[in-house]
Amino acid sequence: MALDNVTVTITAGEFVSIVGHSGAGKTTLTKMILADVVPTEGTVFFESINVHKLKNKDLTKLRRRIGVVFQDFKLLSNKTAYENIAFAMEAVGKTDEEIASDVPHVLELVDLSHRLYHFPNQLSGGEQQRLAIARAIINQPELIIADEPTGNLDPINTHEIVQILKKINDLGTTVILATHNRGVIDSVGKRVITMENGKIVRDAKNGK
Amino acid sequence: MTELKRIIKAGFISFMRGGSVSYAAVLVVTITLSVITFLILLQAALYFSLDLIENKVDVKIYLTKGAPEEKIMLLKSSLEKLPEVAQVSYLNAEDNLKDFRLRHSNDYPTIQALDELNDNPLLATLGVKAKEISQYETIANFLKSNNALVLGSISIIDHTNYYNNKLVIDRLNTIISGAQRLGFLITLLLVILSIIITFNTIRLTIFIAKEEIGVMRLVGASKMRVRGPFMIEGAIYGVIATIVTLILFWPVTAWLGRNMTSFLSLNIYDYYLSNFFQIFAIILLSGIILGVISSFLAVRKYLNK
Repeated sequence: MALDNVTVTITAGEFVSIVGHSGAGKTTLTKMILADVVPTEGTVFFESINVHKLKNKDLTKLRRRIGVVFQDFKLLSNKTAYENIAFAMEAVGKTDEEIASDVPHVLELVDLSHRLYHFPNQLSGGEQQRLAIARAIINQPELIIADEPTGNLDPINTHEIVQILKKINDLGTTVILATHNRGVIDSVGKRVITMENGKIVRDAKNGK
Repeated sequence: MTELKRIIKAGFISFMRGGSVSYAAVLVVTITLSVITFLILLQAALYFSLDLIENKVDVKIYLTKGAPEEKIMLLKSSLEKLPEVAQVSYLNAEDNLKDFRLRHSNDYPTIQALDELNDNPLLATLGVKAKEISQYETIANFLKSNNALVLGSISIIDHTNYYNNKLVIDRLNTIISGAQRLGFLITLLLVILSIIITFNTIRLTIFIAKEEIGVMRLVGASKMRVRGPFMIEGAIYGVIATIVTLILFWPVTAWLGRNMTSFLSLNIYDYYLSNFFQIFAIILLSGIILGVISSFLAVRKYLNK
């Protein structure tokens, strides 16, 4: 059982870190918010929506309100940085004008303005993760879920990613950050939920 | 509309960036289309030769000496009315003699023997050609039957050579229908084989993009938005392969036309040029359908996960 009797409330605008060893249930918890994993018992609410009662079409709509960042980036390898972002905007039906004006803007936010026409394999790990974050935030989601975003990165890049996530949070987006790295949690200094064997063992408001 | 434009653009970009994968896919589709083109030409040559052989067969009705002209014409017109008959040609005794002399002009003893005779030993004939080689029997039966008797024409028929030719006609009939059936089976087999190979190659090119498909769905792209560019790419494989195939067959048919015309009794090059647009249409359509449907089916597997 990946999760056992978990109850947690996250309010809009919060920055919540979920920490725990591999297999503690962090990923399962985030996947339940995305309705990727169905709980055997209990419910998950996004605002007042029970996410596991949604039909396919409404589920797509819900997922567009949530941006996701993965440990392995999941970028489109045969598209340039610019096209990766543009594709996410095309997917939700933005116009060409919106794409042309927003993409350079978001790439500037993650400090990738000089890498517009590079392919993912021409970018460093840190740059790829920044690109993935840019893609996650481009459609102005209300919630960003970052599942081990720094797992493949060195300390300097890790620090940069955390700073970007904090910046996004400052702009008003709720952030859920799942990690096994204590150092990352310490540098965030916000609410920390500690998980062990599928249970929440600690919920600290001021990050330790 | 923007969606369609984006899908088409994405398809082109992905084809250009595909590199060796696109190259391999075009190559395989080209091979398939070449097989199809080759089979079209082969069928043309086969049918042409079979037609030629069929046309060499006819049944000659030898008419009695001094048969009145109007009775002969009556028999001729009644034969022409038969649905099985393609053509009836009348040659009188003098025509046949001229023809005979011409054919044996190098054969002195025969010509000499002919010169010894005062009389023309040959009879007037009606040459009957059937539409199908299997129909000669019906015609022969017609000539024996009461229909001919009613017309009063049985009296002017000396004999027909159908029963002499029967064995040859029957054997030819078997060979021709066998050759047509075999040709069709080989065509079907080769076409199915090359379609399977093409389908699997395109499936492999999409297998490479398996991860991409998952990511696109994750980012919120609709199924059509994911599938579309692959289908466009498949269509591009088809179009380019068509052009390559048609260019390849230019020198090939020219060579065949120069060296094989007497063997095939059909100039393949002329045939290729005069039927160019039909062949082009068949090949282009096959190429595009093959590419698009293969892509559609191959992507479906990863979309529905």
